[in-house]
Amino acid sequence: MKKGGRKFSALVVDDDQVIRNFEEKLLARFELETKVVKNGEEALKLFREGYTFDVVVMDMEMPVKNGPEWYGGTCRPLVQATRALRAMGVDCMIVGVTSRGDGPEKAELEAAGLNCCWEKPLNDKIVRTILDELAKKSS
Amino acid sequence: MQRQLANMKQTLFDQGYLDEQFIQLEELQDDANPNFVEEVVTLYYRDSARLIQNIEQALEKSPLDFSKLECLMHQFKGSSSSIGAKRVKSECTQFKEHCRVGNADGCKRTFQQLKKEYATLRKKVEVYFQFARQIGPVEKACRSK
Repeated sequence: MKKGGRKFSALVVDDDQVIRNFEEKLLARFELETKVVKNGEEALKLFREGYTFDVVVMDMEMPVKNGPEWYGGTCRPLVQATRALRAMGVDCMIVGVTSRGDGPEKAELEAAGLNCCWEKPLNDKIVRTILDELAKKSS
Repeated sequence: MQRQLANMKQTLFDQGYLDEQFIQLEELQDDANPNFVEEVVTLYYRDSARLIQNIEQALEKSPLDFSKLECLMHQFKGSSSSIGAKRVKSECTQFKEHCRVGNADGCKRTFQQLKKEYATLRKKVEVYFQFARQIGPVEKACRSK
């Protein structure tokens, strides 16, 4: 799946190493050039350094580094991260991955600029859907 | 030998220990990453040991902080679902339900059950991987379907 010869690129943001490992491999299998980071702050840092990605895949409920330890399962960190990315001018696709399914948080996330969210775990069907969207965008 | 390995795997699926996610992992295994599945599962058991400990400690507090417990379990469930640990995952779901309604006894009981499933799965996949390693390169030569 290439965009005029260039591969699509992805940024995985997840605080769980098992999941980072798996998602990185899965995306690479679909020929996405993938980078992985542990949390929203590291993602923002990459964008500030000038990196660009076609899609950002973020876990819904990550504890914020240096923040209060637990958020009791809300997706506040993801809302903040999404808002911050959009505020920086990041306009690529941002996808959330969750094990919570639909909920009131989803509306808040979409308001913050998240493009869509999927049930965890990420799988080949979801990746194909993302790639289709990216292909549409670039044509 | 091949058939035996396939049967072992099928049994794990039939008995509900693993789900389709495990197959996703296997599909990511190739010549460049011949031990990918085993690596992911090993990493899971290593990482989740810490989470289990944290949950254990949190369960010893009185009164229980259900919000924290739910959050810890949520993380554990996420990891478990990414390797296809079906039974472990369903214990996680039950545990979270108990948290939601503030059922301390329910949490403790379910956690014991969860640890059993977690340990049982570990033994079973260890046997499976050991066997797979023995078959080794032959598997590639006669990989079918």
